[in-house]
Amino acid sequence: MAYRVHTVVPMAVDTRTDRRPSSYAGILWHSTVGKKTAMAVSGIVMLLYLVAHMLGNLKIFFGAAEFDGYAHWLRTIGEPFLHHEWFLWIARVVLLAAVVVHAVAAYQLSRRDIAARPQKYVHKKPRASYATRTMRWGGIILGLFIVWHILDLTTLTVNPRAEAGHPYANVVATFSTWYGNVIYIVAMLALGLHIRHGFWSAAQTLGANRPGRDRTLKAIANLLALVLTLGFIAVPVSVMTGVVS
Amino acid sequence: MNLTLRIWRQSGPDSAGRMTEYDVRDISPEMSFLEMLDTLNEELILRGEEPVAFDHDCREGICGACGMVINGEAHGPERTTTCQLHMRHFDDGDTIDIEPWRASAFPVVKDLVVDRTAFDRIIGSGGYITAPTGSAPEAHATPVPKPAADTAFEHAECIGCGACVAACPNGSAMLFTSAKVVHLNSLPQGAPERESRVLDMVGQMDDEGFGGCTNTGECATACPKGIPLFSITKMNREFVRAARKA
Ligand code: HEM
Ligand code: FES
Repeated sequence: MAYRVHTVVPMAVDTRTDRRPSSYAGILWHSTVGKKTAMAVSGIVMLLYLVAHMLGNLKIFFGAAEFDGYAHWLRTIGEPFLHHEWFLWIARVVLLAAVVVHAVAAYQLSRRDIAARPQKYVHKKPRASYATRTMRWGGIILGLFIVWHILDLTTLTVNPRAEAGHPYANVVATFSTWYGNVIYIVAMLALGLHIRHGFWSAAQTLGANRPGRDRTLKAIANLLALVLTLGFIAVPVSVMTGVVS
Repeated sequence: MNLTLRIWRQSGPDSAGRMTEYDVRDISPEMSFLEMLDTLNEELILRGEEPVAFDHDCREGICGACGMVINGEAHGPERTTTCQLHMRHFDDGDTIDIEPWRASAFPVVKDLVVDRTAFDRIIGSGGYITAPTGSAPEAHATPVPKPAADTAFEHAECIGCGACVAACPNGSAMLFTSAKVVHLNSLPQGAPERESRVLDMVGQMDDEGFGGCTNTGECATACPKGIPLFSITKMNREFVRAARKA
C-alpha cells in the first residue's frame, strides 16, 4: 500500500468526458452504480418469473391430469401467432440473459468490494441483518440450484423417473428422494433470504425508494420472500407427507 | 478513570503495523477522546517513545479530520466525531481498541492517520458549481424553493470525514459522493452541471478503488452528520437519468 502523494487537486479543468463510455448501456455497465442497476433489473425479471412459477406449481394439488395439462398449455401459449413452444423458448432466453447479467455483475462487483476492504478490523462488531450478509453465499447456492433444477425437471438428466411429458410423476419422483428434498428446501430458504434483502435493495438501487415508502417496501419484501418460500416448499412437503403422490 | 488502550501502531505507509497495548491513568470523564489520546502522547513523549499519530484540526466537530475506529465503530459508540466524543461514554477499567479507517482507497500514512485525498479528487471531478467569483451575488437573484434549500442543507452537512467508507463492509464512498451530488444537484445553481457532475463523481469514485453499495446501511448509521441512506437512492436516480441523457 504505497502512500500516493497528490499535491495538486485538479478542479474544474479536469473534466472526465474524454474517459466516459458514450452509449447508455456502456455508461451503466462500466460503473458500480450502473452495474448494480443491471443487477436490480435482472433480479426483478427473475422475481416476476418466480411468482408465476410458484403459482403454477401449486396446480400440483389438483392432480396429475390438471398439472400435466398445465405444463402442456405452457407450450401452446401464443398459438397460432407463435409456433409451438416459441413462447417457452422466448421466456427461456430472457431468463438466461437475466441470470447471466445478474451473476456476472454480482461476481464483478463482489470482487471489487472485497478488494476495497483488504484489511479487516481487529475489533469486530455485529454487522447488518442476516439477509444482507447472506446475499453472496445465497446467490451461489441459487446459481447451483438453477443448474440442478434444470437437469432434474427440464432435461430430466438426473431425474429418477425421467418420463418426458409427465411432469407430475417426475416431480413426485424427485421429492421421493431425500437429496431431492434437501437440495430444494435449502435453495428455497436461500431464495427467501435473497429476496428479503434483494427486493428492497433493488428499490434503493433503482432510486424508487423514498422516506415515505421505506416501510411499505420492506413489508412487501418480507411478504414476497415468505409467500414464495412457503409456496415453493409446499410441494416437496406435500410429497413427503403423502398429500401428493 | 483508568483504561487500557490497544492502538494500531504503524511507523510508515509501507511498514507492517500491529495493535499495541497502553495503560492510561486518571482520565477525566469530561475529557474528549482526543484529549485522552493527548494525555497518552504526553506520557509517551516523556518516556522518550514515539507519540501516536492521529489526525485532528478543529476539535469542534466541523472539519472531519479526526477519524478513527473505536471498538469497531467509526468515531466510536456515539453518533458524533471523535473530537466530540467524551470519555463519560466509557467505564473505568475498559479496554478500548483504536484502529485507522480501513479501505484500500485510504492507505495508512502512519498509526491512525490515513490518506483521504481520494475524497478531494472526487470533489475535484464535479463537486463544485461554475460561477464567477468576485463580489457576492445578490441573494435573491436566484430563488431557491424551500424544500430544495432544506435538502441541500441536509446534505451540505457532510464534513468528508470518511466514517461512511470506514464503516462500509465494501469500503464504499457512496454516501460521501451522494451527499455532494444531492447537495449541488438540488439547487438551481448546480443545474448546469447536473448530469456531468453525477457521472464524473461516480466515475472518479470508482477509479479510486472504493467498493460498490450493497445497501447494507452501515454508512448512514456511522455518519456523524446524519446524512441519510436515501441520499444514495437519490444519487442512483440522478445517475441513471444522466446516463440516459448523455
Ligand atoms: C445466479 C444466481 C444468483 C446470484 C449469484 C446472485 C447474487 C446476488 C448478489 C451478490 C446480489 C447483491 C447483494 C447485495 O447487494 O448485497 C444480488 C442481489 C439481488 N438479487 Fe440475486 N443472485 C442470484 C439469483 C437471484 C434470483 C433467482 C433472484 C430472483 C428473485 C435474484 C434477485 C436479486 C435482487 C432483486 C437483488 C437486488 C439487486 C439490488 O441490490 O439492486 N437473484 N444477487
Ligand atoms: S477535529 Fe475537526 S471534526 Fe474532529
